[in-house]
Amino acid sequence: MANLETNFIGVTSPNPFWIASGPPSDKDYNVNRAFEAGWGGVVWKTLGEDPHIVNVNGPRYAVLHGNDRQVIGFNNIELITDRPLQTNLKEMTQIKRDWPERPLVASVMLPMNEASWAKYVPMIEDTGADAFELNFGCPHGMSERGMGAAVGQVPEYVQMAAEWCKKHASIPVIVKLTPNITDILHPAKAAKAGGADAVSLINTINSIMHVDYDSLTMYPTTDGMGTHGGYCGEAVKPIALNMVAEIARTPDTHDIPISGIGGVTNWRDAVDFIALGATTVQVCTAAMVYGFKVVEGLIDGLNNFLDEKGMASVHDLVGKAVPSVTDWKYLNLNYIEKAYIDQDLCIKCGKCHIACEDTSHQAITHTVDGERKFVVKDEECVGCNLCVGVCPIENCITMKPLTEDVDPRTGQEVNLEHADWRTHPNNPLKEQE
Amino acid sequence: MAKSNNASKKRSAGKLPGRLSEDEIKENFTDMHPPLSASQAYIEACRCYFCFDAPCTTACPTDIDIPEFIKRIQCGNVKGSARKILEQNIMGAMCARVCPTEELCEEACVRNTNENKPVAIGLLQRYATDDVIEKKVPFFERKPSTGKTIAVIGAGPAGLSCAHRLASFGHSVTVFDKNEKAGGLNEYGIAAYKALDDIAQKEIAYILAIGGIEMKSNVQLGGDVTLDQLRDEFDAVFIGVGLAGINPFEIPGEAVNGVIEAVSFIYDLRQTERKSELVVGDKVVVIGGGMTAIDVAVQSKKLGASEVTIAYRRDRTNMKASEYEQHFAQINDVKLRYCASPKRILSKDGQVTGVEFDMTEIDADGKPLKTGKTFQLEADMVFKAIGQTFLAEQLDDSDGGLSIEMGRIVVDDERKTSLDNVWAGGDCVGGGEDLTVCAVQDGKLAARSIHDYLQSA
Repeated sequence: MANLETNFIGVTSPNPFWIASGPPSDKDYNVNRAFEAGWGGVVWKTLGEDPHIVNVNGPRYAVLHGNDRQVIGFNNIELITDRPLQTNLKEMTQIKRDWPERPLVASVMLPMNEASWAKYVPMIEDTGADAFELNFGCPHGMSERGMGAAVGQVPEYVQMAAEWCKKHASIPVIVKLTPNITDILHPAKAAKAGGADAVSLINTINSIMHVDYDSLTMYPTTDGMGTHGGYCGEAVKPIALNMVAEIARTPDTHDIPISGIGGVTNWRDAVDFIALGATTVQVCTAAMVYGFKVVEGLIDGLNNFLDEKGMASVHDLVGKAVPSVTDWKYLNLNYIEKAYIDQDLCIKCGKCHIACEDTSHQAITHTVDGERKFVVKDEECVGCNLCVGVCPIENCITMKPLTEDVDPRTGQEVNLEHADWRTHPNNPLKEQE
Repeated sequence: MAKSNNASKKRSAGKLPGRLSEDEIKENFTDMHPPLSASQAYIEACRCYFCFDAPCTTACPTDIDIPEFIKRIQCGNVKGSARKILEQNIMGAMCARVCPTEELCEEACVRNTNENKPVAIGLLQRYATDDVIEKKVPFFERKPSTGKTIAVIGAGPAGLSCAHRLASFGHSVTVFDKNEKAGGLNEYGIAAYKALDDIAQKEIAYILAIGGIEMKSNVQLGGDVTLDQLRDEFDAVFIGVGLAGINPFEIPGEAVNGVIEAVSFIYDLRQTERKSELVVGDKVVVIGGGMTAIDVAVQSKKLGASEVTIAYRRDRTNMKASEYEQHFAQINDVKLRYCASPKRILSKDGQVTGVEFDMTEIDADGKPLKTGKTFQLEADMVFKAIGQTFLAEQLDDSDGGLSIEMGRIVVDDERKTSLDNVWAGGDCVGGGEDLTVCAVQDGKLAARSIHDYLQSA
């Protein structure tokens, strides 16, 4: 079995799966259960100043359902901890004593004045926490009070707060980034400039789940009024992966360690984040939907995967896919793929045909010699991959590279040389030789 | 007292009513397939792939857009789902219960390929339509009256489907039926556990709610009215009389007490208020291999017969009842004997006591050949379920212009007969599959053709 032990900014955990700051890490009872279930680490529910904030006394969460009411998206309007700071600190201290080998990270959200940080940071560090995570992410509620995403959206504030925290803390500092921005690199660079040891991302995304079809109000509401909540769960993973990869592949930020967050539900999701540059992954929604037990599948799946890949440690996987991420302009325009439908696997649903016929390139038959049959017409196929995505049968439709002869679509000889947009004749700004 | 009396009856040989209590029988005659709950329907609807040019729709004789109606269930638009079904098949609720879906839409479902488990289309169709029929949600509006009149003979699925569509076009329809109630086989011929809660009549009420349809019951064709008469009196005529005759197959010795036509037994069973008052044997033999044989056998069992055997002269693969239906009989504790051709009825003192069969072998053409071996089955009740026939003479077609082949009315693709203002559909026409759903389609096609004819006239 591969070694799942992870060293992240000097903090070691038995596996890379941490419970993210949120409802599952709200208090000692939950955190004990998380550790008992096998989670590698826990980021405690975000702490704030005294007096503690309060939550609404009605719906905090709403979900986006997929088929069969599978939860594919999730949002919340819960704020940071609504319990007294001392209660949290006392419990954190005890948890750290009981679980010394499991990282306990203190998530904090404080106003933008240094005095607050000077006051609270040492007090929190006294719990024995292994690191700080600065919550610059929450898009709801706290941002209206100049905290959370309101800080995370201003790189200068990110840097300032990171500096204050570093100044008053002796343990590592992770900056948690909000995705509610145009370019993730700005706050990431600011975090680095502020001396942060790592970044974690993403926090939740501004969202309204849907409308109540009876009352025609937004859903959910508190006494008839609602507010946008932070969106998370499986559906946000692609957004998170892109942001993680951007930081991991950009020269200015590539060396900052990353804790990946956003829709991790099974081991494959974890592989996605780790291969795109994260060292640990944090999970909240999956635990809230399935309970802490999901960590068993995460651990076993990642273990098997690493074994199959011949990797001895999680660290061998970190960033493996990053070199494959580039800008569009570097993509090889001479490279050609065609879809191929395995007739033995095809169940003849015709979903590929209608998708291609109505919305793409009319490149899939529905009848061959009078029989219902779905075959790719290479002379029309642009290799767009739409059919692969809509086919209900895994591996029935695959993309195959065209490596010789002529592309029947263009009549052009296959050219194995790399050529991209930079030198393409249609590019008005093409680079001169 | 009643209980012990009942228990003794259970064991008694001979034809008796009340082998089971009314409550026990009610329990036995619950839904063959219980309806889906809302969450079951949702989960099942999620399984539909929404295929292109969906094979299920192609397999449906009434061309229901099945993926679309399922999608509508899945996203909470059950009313829209019912509309989609009923637009193509006004008897969608009954068809959901009686269609051999395992040979039609569900056989074509692409989910079979990998899972051998199709989407439960029939049950979903029932889920979508039941509420709409129950609450009489009006989807169809009758166009302003055209003043044209059509006589529909037979208030079965073909006739009612035709009448409904004609009425929607604004024509005035008079439906004649020999029975007290409309519905034809839906009311009088389908097994009771397939049509619970008076669904056949509720569906008819829904159909008639469109207006412009007058029902005339207890009218005997050939007696009270004739085809000639109706052709004169109305602008067009649709014949949907089904198969009123019984196959003339006589088993030597059958003229004894206890040998019964299956269709008449089912007729009584469907119409009786208290099934415990029906007389049923202890050892029942059913002769035949179609749906009626299955229905009468299973219902005999449910009424309390202790041994029920279906004897069929050919083998399993030649049986008209599908594998699925044969299996259904077997799980209801009905025994199937193949390659058994009835040789003679055994009796004592004018009461049937058994049946002697020739054992057969099936030749290359599927014909049963006698092997010379025989066997006997004990029976105190024998049902003949060897098929029905179309009674041409009842039409009393005086000039003989109605073309009939192989004992059924000849129709073209639009269900028009050889007579200029006469259409026909359902079991009484040739080339069909004798299914409710095909009858509905016949009526629908004929209505369209009649409408075109009346407009051009």
